[in-house]
This record gives sequence, structure tokens and C-alpha cells, in this order.
Amino acid sequence: MSSGGPGRVARSGSLFAIPIAIGLATAIGLIAALTGDGLRDVLSWITLSVPVAALICALRYRRR
Amino acid sequence: MNRNTLRAWYLVHKWTSLVCTIFLLMLCLTGLPLVFHHEIDTAFQEPDPTLAIDASLPHKSLDELMQIALADRPGHAGLFVSWDEDRPVVNITTAPRPDSTEAEMTLRSYDLRTGGLVGVITDDGVMHFLLKLHTDLFLGLWGMLFLGLMGLLFVAAIVSGVVLYAPFMRRLDFGTLRVSRSTRLKWLDYHNLLGIVTVVWVMVVGLTGVINTLATPIVQLWQMNDVAQMTAAYRDLPPVPPDQLVSLQAAVDTARAAAPANRPQFVGFPGGAFSSPHHYAVFLQGTTPLTKGLLTPALVDATNAELTALRPLPWYVQALLLSQPLHFGDYGALPLKVLWAVLDVFTIIVLGSGIYLWLGRRRAPLEQRLQEVETGGAVSRGRLA
Repeated sequence: MSSGGPGRVARSGSLFAIPIAIGLATAIGLIAALTGDGLRDVLSWITLSVPVAALICALRYRRR
Repeated sequence: MNRNTLRAWYLVHKWTSLVCTIFLLMLCLTGLPLVFHHEIDTAFQEPDPTLAIDASLPHKSLDELMQIALADRPGHAGLFVSWDEDRPVVNITTAPRPDSTEAEMTLRSYDLRTGGLVGVITDDGVMHFLLKLHTDLFLGLWGMLFLGLMGLLFVAAIVSGVVLYAPFMRRLDFGTLRVSRSTRLKWLDYHNLLGIVTVVWVMVVGLTGVINTLATPIVQLWQMNDVAQMTAAYRDLPPVPPDQLVSLQAAVDTARAAAPANRPQFVGFPGGAFSSPHHYAVFLQGTTPLTKGLLTPALVDATNAELTALRPLPWYVQALLLSQPLHFGDYGALPLKVLWAVLDVFTIIVLGSGIYLWLGRRRAPLEQRLQEVETGGAVSRGRLA
């Protein structure tokens, strides 16, 4: 892209850092409950809550 | 990303979304109550007092239960028998012929211990309506395949959406929600944020949904390949007529003896969609959570109850079986279903905001719309300075 200073472009490497972390948590949750019940179910509830938590954080801290 | 690449991805995102969004909205809206199908059914069912009686009572033989079921439906033959997981109940599907259509079938549940009728599963409830709309738009196989195609377009829309997320977010912090500047900017931010946080879930539910739409051809392929191979010796024999079948109980006992660690989950009768014309197919499930969903069919000769073959399902049927829980979200108790519903609502918001964003800019020149993506929502570059 033609515009944007060099300082801006440097940030683009971490652009997907948080989305990848959320995606990994989701994937762990989707698989965990498949492989067993009990604790694995609980793990899936926690990890699949991460996308929901991300929205709540955004609403709380990034709304302007 | 240069302008041409951006333009291509933008157009892919726009057109794949435009074609599939209305169907995806329908799927997400009908899917929301369907996540709780079991809970809703149970809530509206009268609790059956007979099911509470002594759990140690011996089970009746399957032949006796079949006799009761067929006496209830004169002129019918058995098609499928399946066992409930959480109560001593067997579900028996009957129809006039082994190859009858779904509309001609009757599905009744019986108490394994007393043979008493527990319930008739009917096709006229709201949930059944939603399920049919969700699976095939009331159009049968072609409806299913059509929705599968919409699912593939949805996957393309998701991928292109992720690609566009990069230039859009280049100057923005993750999770930025600019709610006070303009309605359009607000929904752009919600669309991007909800889209990116749900992407893995929505991809899995979307792709497994596509696999589920292929259920019929997948099972037919298995019949044509594996079943035909395993029963090659029977190829030239006439089909076994329903009134000359060997004892169902004997057939199930044969299968259990061949795989003592497993338990039968359902039986496909000879001539039906899940067996050969000469065999009972007894589908055995494993006893660990992971192998519970992966079935192994035992083909049992329907004239003498001898085992013909016991072979694991091929990968494509295993993929179908694995796709079912991952699509339905019914494998991690109620909290998982609630999360499924929440993520489904997020997806509805992404779809709805997508339509809103398209409506608002559809008359604007393409270059201006690309600029909006490149600048993270600024209409002209001047505003960035």
C-alpha cells in the first residue's frame, strides 16, 4: 500500500497475534470436549468463552 | 497488498457473501433453537412414569419388541432399530417396504423391559419444521446439496473476510469499536471484531455443516464400495424378504460376540439405506468418549445370523460421523450448547452488519469502497493525517 509511515507498517506483524491466540483457544475447546467428558468439558467451556471474553473486553476498554 | 489484490479479495468477499448471506441467516436463526433440540423436546414431553420403574428388570428380547412394533403397524416391515443412551428405550422405525421414503416411515419408542409404547416420534412439531428447513429447505437431497454449496460460498466469504481484516486493521488496535463517530463506522468495527473472534468456530461449524449435507452420497458411496465388497458372495442371491428374516436378537448377539468391548447403537435392516439386501448391519460404538461416535458395522447374514464381515468404516464415513457433534455442539453438556448459541448470535450480527454495510455503500464507486478497507474506515485519506 502506498500510504502509511514505516512506524505504522511495523505494527502489522502483530496484527493477527490476538486473533491467532483466540483461534487457538477455540480450537482447543472444540477438540477437548470431543476427547472426553468431565474436566475436558470444563476446559472446552473455558476456552470457547475466550471469543466472548474478547468482545466483552473490547466493549469495555476499546469503545470510543 | 497492492490495489489489484485488494480489489480481487474485496470482490470475492462481496459476491460470495451476497449470494450466501440470506441462506446463512436462515441457518443461523433456525440453528439457534436447534442447538437446544433435546432440551426443548424433553421440556414439552410428559415424563413417562413407567420409565422410572425398577432398572434391574430384565430386557425383553428384540424379537418380542419387533413383534410388538409390527403389530402396532400392520403391513409394515422393520427398517432401523436404535438404542437410547440415557434410558432403557429402543426406537423402532418401520415402513411398508425396506426402501420406503422417509414420509412413509413410522418411528416409535418402546420400553426395553416391558415392551410398552413410550412415544411416537412425529413430524409435525415446530422443531421438526425448523430441522427440515435447516437441513434441506423441504427439498430433499437437492436442498441439502444446495445448502452445502451455500456453505462453501460462506467459507470463501470467511477466508476473504480474514484477508480484508489485515489492511483494515493496519492502523487500529485489536478490538477497536468506534461507536460514536458514525453508524457505518460502528458497524464496520463490530463486523470486523465479531468476524475475527468467531472465525475458527464459524469455519468448523460451516465446514462440518457442508460435510453433513453430503451425508446421503457418503453413505451411498460406502454401500457401493465397502458393503458391496464385503457381501460380494451374496450378489446374485435374491433379497431376503422381510417375513423370512432370522431373529434380530440372534443377529445382534452375533455382532456383540464379535466385538465384546463395543455396544450396539443401531441396526440397519436388509435392503435399507444402511445395509445390504441380505444383511443386518449392526453398528457398534466404542465405549470411550472418543470412540463412541465412531461406529463399526458388523454385517450379519439375515438368513442364519452368522457374521459375514466386521470392518471399520472408511475415512469418509468417519469424517461424516465426526462432523455431526462438531456441527451440532451437543458433545459438551449444556454450557457448550450455550456457548454455541452465543457464537451463533455473534455470527448473526456479522451477517446482518454485512448486509447493512453493503446497502450503505453499494452505489459508491469501487475505488472509494476499497479505500475504506485500506484506511480502516476513513472515507478519505485526508482524515488520517
